[in-house]
Amino acid sequence: MQEAVSQFVQDGMTIAIEGFTAFICFAAAHEIIRQQKHNLTLCRLTPDLVYDQMVAAGTARKLIFSYLGNPGVGSLHCIRRAVEQAIPNPLELEEYSHFGMIGRYLAGASNLPFFPLQSYKGSDLPKVNSQIRFIESPYTGEKIAVVPPLKPDVAFIHAQRADRHGNTQLWGLIGIQKEVAFAAHHVVVVVEEIVPEETIRRDPNRTLIPGLVVDAVVCEPFGAHPSYVQGYYDRDNAFYLAWDKISRDQVAVEAWLSEWVFDVPDRATYIQKLGTERLAQLQPGEWFAEGVNYGRYSPNSQTDHGGIYDQSG
Amino acid sequence: MTAPVTPAERMIISAARALYGHRVVFVGVGLPNIACNLARRTHSPGLELIYESGVFGARPARLPLSIGDPALVTNATAVMSMADLFLFYLQGGRVDVALLGGAQIDRFGNLNTTAIGDYANPRVRLPGSGGACEIATNARHILIIMRLKKRAFVSKLDFCTSPGHLEGSNSRQNLGLPGHGPVQVITDRAIFDFATPAKEMRLTAVAPGETAESIQKEVGWPLNISPSLNQMPHPTPEELRLIREELDPQGLYRQ
Repeated sequence: MQEAVSQFVQDGMTIAIEGFTAFICFAAAHEIIRQQKHNLTLCRLTPDLVYDQMVAAGTARKLIFSYLGNPGVGSLHCIRRAVEQAIPNPLELEEYSHFGMIGRYLAGASNLPFFPLQSYKGSDLPKVNSQIRFIESPYTGEKIAVVPPLKPDVAFIHAQRADRHGNTQLWGLIGIQKEVAFAAHHVVVVVEEIVPEETIRRDPNRTLIPGLVVDAVVCEPFGAHPSYVQGYYDRDNAFYLAWDKISRDQVAVEAWLSEWVFDVPDRATYIQKLGTERLAQLQPGEWFAEGVNYGRYSPNSQTDHGGIYDQSG
Repeated sequence: MTAPVTPAERMIISAARALYGHRVVFVGVGLPNIACNLARRTHSPGLELIYESGVFGARPARLPLSIGDPALVTNATAVMSMADLFLFYLQGGRVDVALLGGAQIDRFGNLNTTAIGDYANPRVRLPGSGGACEIATNARHILIIMRLKKRAFVSKLDFCTSPGHLEGSNSRQNLGLPGHGPVQVITDRAIFDFATPAKEMRLTAVAPGETAESIQKEVGWPLNISPSLNQMPHPTPEELRLIREELDPQGLYRQ
């Protein structure tokens, strides 16, 4: 992770660490904080604790987002402090709705100049964000909102597994991981396990992100904690509640960042510090899918047509 | 003897019952989450729950702590990308009804979840839209669920995040919004509808002990009152048991 961040993340870049409640790569965020990157533009539908921590650590200049809250708990106090009091730095906001953010990634991923959507008619959001504009349909003349493409310089995508070529499989709340991966200029995939290429090829429908668009693969077990990975570990809801208290005070936040980010060299040490007991509490039970038959098609399985296409005599 | 019904419980149960007859409901976090799961466990076992996190036909074994809870995935009918969900299910017109709330609402059911005060210099910065703007735009019907408070029921929103009936009458239709907009506002003390040509909020039911006058005191404009003012529905013992023992055992929402 240290290598991936130092190679791909530079001051002033636009970064996306996505994942909707699930698959949020805190390991990447903490490494960016440790390497003291600055002036980043951070994109995420839901900035969540991950960007609250990055903003508190002074890495960010601007936020592009659609929901600014601690899900199920309340506010993101560090981001509010930055916006309202410029602590530790001023923070610029560029605000959409979820579908607007999704449309931006879709346009970015598919090389379109904009993405049209039915949202924003009658809403005040276009009044405070000049990037949300209206055009006329060339077919019906109806007014429709459009959003511009978003192409992050680097996206960090957390997932269950990938092979060493970066072919990546996810299941559960896949969010917009695929869209952001195809939209970004560089992609770092972070996985719970590296699996043989054979494992990926046995279930190709589950491959969301091909190695084709992946620049680096990092194996980082529990790299999404306190977020979660379906089937591997549950969300650490106690931490999301605890952060509500910690994050109210910049001094407490800095103490937390020292203890859990700056004073641990890597994710493995963080996990060790968290302790096996806490991790055991987050262990879900098992619930396997039934396998599916993709079919075996051997080279000579269709050489004998039985004459059905050969009616010429 | 069971504890008396709280106003919040009456609100949750009224919202759950308002879902009767609908097939597909778009579920938000908090109060809507409890109301939808209550509806599914009482009168509408076939109700399909959609969560913006990408889940259709959720059958959560535990009450989801957020709309991104892993329990929503296990045993669901379908799990998909958020792009698929917003494009095909929501904007594609497959959602019958959605529940929304807000920090402010005006007489036409427009909602503010963005900021109190000036947007650039807010007194309170709220979370923002999330999916609310497109839910309010595209779901066929909207049920609004929020507590009745003078500072929430305002004559003018500080910011319109999610469109309701805009300026009333046909203004929503004229602007070309696909969904029909809000049909009811369900609160802890009263229920309102929009079933007049002006599409203005109208008081239709009150909780026990409340009157049109006591409700008017919490509303920032002169209330339109239905000629046949009803009582809010009274919870059954089974509805109360489900809320208290299974859906909100810690009492986060029902107090």
